[in-house]
Amino acid sequence: MMSFMKGRVLVVDDDTALAEMLGIVLRGEGFEPSFVADGDKALAAFRESKPDLVLLDLMLPGRDGIEVCRLIRAESGVPIVMLTAKSDTVDVVVGLESGADDYIVKPFKPKELVARIRARLRRSEEPAPEQLAIGDLVIDVAGHSVKRDGQSIALTPLEFDLLVALARKPWQVFTREVLLEQVWGYRHAADTRLVNVHVQRLRSKVEKDPERPEIVVTVRGVGYKAGPS
Amino acid sequence: MSGDSAAAAPGRTGARPERPVGRKKAGSRWGRFLEGGLLQGGVQGSPVLRLVLRWVRRPLLPVMRLWRRNIQLKVVVTTLLMSLGVVLLLGFVVIGQVRNGLLDAKVKASQSQATGGFAAAKQNSDEAAAAAGTADDGATGDERAEQNVIQWMSDLVTSLSSGGQGAFEVVTLPASAGGDTGGRGPRASGRVNPTDSVPEDLRDRIDSNTGAFQSYTRIVYHSTAHKESQPALVIGKQVNDPNNNPFQLYYLFPLTQEEKSLSLVKGTLATAGLFVVVLLGAIAWLVVRQVVTPVRMAAGIAERLSAGRLQERMKVTGEDDIARLGEAFNKMAQNLQLKIQQLEDLSRMQRRFVSDVSHELRTPLTTVRMAADVIHEAREDFDPVTARSAELLADQLDRFESLLADLLEISRFDAGAAALEAEPIDLREVVRRVVSGAEPLAERKGSHIRIVGDQQPVVAEADARRVERVLRNLVVNAVEHGEGRDVVVKLASAGGAVAVAVRDYGVGLKPGEATRVFSRFWRADPARARTTGGTGLGLSIALEDARLHGGWLQAWGEPGGGSQFRLTLPRTVDEPLRGSPIPLEPKDSRRNRGLDDAGLPCGGGEKAATVPAQPTGDQAAPMPTRDPIISRLGTAVPKADPTALPGNGARVVPRPASGALRQEDIPGRPGADEPPSGETGQDGESSKHGEASHGR
Repeated sequence: MMSFMKGRVLVVDDDTALAEMLGIVLRGEGFEPSFVADGDKALAAFRESKPDLVLLDLMLPGRDGIEVCRLIRAESGVPIVMLTAKSDTVDVVVGLESGADDYIVKPFKPKELVARIRARLRRSEEPAPEQLAIGDLVIDVAGHSVKRDGQSIALTPLEFDLLVALARKPWQVFTREVLLEQVWGYRHAADTRLVNVHVQRLRSKVEKDPERPEIVVTVRGVGYKAGPS
Repeated sequence: MSGDSAAAAPGRTGARPERPVGRKKAGSRWGRFLEGGLLQGGVQGSPVLRLVLRWVRRPLLPVMRLWRRNIQLKVVVTTLLMSLGVVLLLGFVVIGQVRNGLLDAKVKASQSQATGGFAAAKQNSDEAAAAAGTADDGATGDERAEQNVIQWMSDLVTSLSSGGQGAFEVVTLPASAGGDTGGRGPRASGRVNPTDSVPEDLRDRIDSNTGAFQSYTRIVYHSTAHKESQPALVIGKQVNDPNNNPFQLYYLFPLTQEEKSLSLVKGTLATAGLFVVVLLGAIAWLVVRQVVTPVRMAAGIAERLSAGRLQERMKVTGEDDIARLGEAFNKMAQNLQLKIQQLEDLSRMQRRFVSDVSHELRTPLTTVRMAADVIHEAREDFDPVTARSAELLADQLDRFESLLADLLEISRFDAGAAALEAEPIDLREVVRRVVSGAEPLAERKGSHIRIVGDQQPVVAEADARRVERVLRNLVVNAVEHGEGRDVVVKLASAGGAVAVAVRDYGVGLKPGEATRVFSRFWRADPARARTTGGTGLGLSIALEDARLHGGWLQAWGEPGGGSQFRLTLPRTVDEPLRGSPIPLEPKDSRRNRGLDDAGLPCGGGEKAATVPAQPTGDQAAPMPTRDPIISRLGTAVPKADPTALPGNGARVVPRPASGALRQEDIPGRPGADEPPSGETGQDGESSKHGEASHGR
């Protein structure tokens, strides 16, 4: 168990006290934190430390968190968890749309934070050789690849998990809450905006026409399901 | 459930078909027909009649609409009608005067002419009588005189008419009172038909009187004359012939000239009148246009202003009243724009401030929180005083955190920064989540949460996060104040609304508290120790959340009898609420169970009011006595069909008012899905009639 919990976490936060406290908590849970306080230096630090997960504060001096998030996402699918003081819809949605996998609103409890981080790191621990089909897509679960007509489509780990969750049970309609539990690892229902934003992001990558989705179909009033294959 | 929908005043419009029948029993067919109204649309009666009326009404409708909407048309038409009336009146007066003037002169001239004629005839006859007397007075005189009179009369007519040179005609007729006239038949000059030209009643009058009489008639000519009949004045008198036998002598004066003059005047007047009317209409149109054009412009610009284009202004030319209107309008728009700008700036500042405070406070709080948790985790290693301090620190941080969160949420509402993220959700899922979340607390309190009415989907366009927050608040409150008794969560949907009611059988609410529970930082009983750290803002936030949906959040309660909080949401966001599928006062309230008859006062005392600050005020009016409710029920309360589902076309189905009355009137009638009463019902008689039970 302890082996996969070890993980390098890059903390991007300008508040030194909070960063130090985060460091204490993360070390206590067995992670290896590294720190950067400036948005401009965040990308360099990311390249240098090659973390397994990024904890990113949205309000940063220099480049703001959204921009940093976008830059990191442009070159890596590494899980990003935003730290935000704002739970307003606009801020959250903008953060998620810029590529963050999850967010956590300040003030949070250490356990909550650690649970989120573990949930994001855990997924890489189950390599089951499995081939799935959804729509005209072929998913190789173990190889972590999605292909349409032999062309592979690049997805972040979270988007991949979302697609796999839907594809494994194409007969089932998933409510947002169920998806939150299965993909994000939330035990209690949390913010369904997470699901909405990530479904949109996923669609923009896998759908031929994101306006008329065929792979991830909305079931009005209930949730989402996999399209017919 | 066939709730009486306490907030269903709008239902007054609901049951139209029944209303006229119920109210007036012996309304005649025509009365009803009129009541239905030709232009109202609600025509009763046979289908054929309705069809005909519709057929008649249809082409009229656009005209009616134009009439209602177009002030210019109204003014022009009114002007036309009124000026037409004035012109007609004027025309009749003028024509009357002209006619009188023309005829007066003619009549005077004719009378003197006729008087002269009568005198001449009398003189002529006297002379002839004298001549006959001197000529012979033999036995055969009679016969000769007869011959002479015939000749004499022909001569008289000729001589009299020759003096007029066509200005008049002379007619003699035998006096009908004289019996046999002995061949003295009617005579006339100028080929006039004597009998047809003189009116009968004039002849009668002359027969019975000796004076001269006149009348208006038409001169009729013999067919050989080839002349049209013409209007005339006829003056007649009884005259004696030389034999002293009476006969009638008439003068006929043609009025053709006068008639021509009169018709000329009439024609002139009609033309002039028509011109005046048309010109007045045109003038009215022009004048009204001068006023209406700026008004229309102002209306259009006001519409654009209210649509948010605040930089719109009227064009102002000149210094007249219209220009003043324009200036005032522009000034108003200017001030409005300024104020809105200020408010927007203020709101933006406020939002910015809230956001900044939020961030500035939350970051250090996060650090403190984490530090406190680390210390709290390690409290076993401390001495008891420090350990207890660590516990207190962690607990109060929790409280501080939720207070901060609630304050920020409230200030977000106050700043108008709260946004609704509505999408179709099934409220049953939300309720189940909330209930399962509240179950640990309920277990500690020893109560049992039941869900009723979740057999069918209860779908509405709503913000799941907010609805869940509202319901969590209500359920947790109900459990906390439920004194260990059951809590019932009831779902229903009907018409355009869905509702969730949370009923507890705890301490209830004192009179007047039903409105105050939504006040910020209000506490039911300050002395009461709080078990869970509520912030005092929960219900205020819940109320704001309900309002954001365009919904209602209302409370009902009676002291010692528990309370019910009801959340009503419109099924679609842009649909206004008109009623709630669940009555605010539950069926098992003391009053509905008839306990008011058992000695308890049934006045306003024990009933709790609803929230006054709801979007539509009168629905949520307090219910002071029993009677208004009954009467409201009696008139037209839309009976919500609990099985109405989105998409299956079911709407609010009005039931006969009498049926509703009967149901509500029987005191203590055990309702089909009545929850167990507060005193007896906590021993877990749960699922009957398909109610889902979500107990421990």
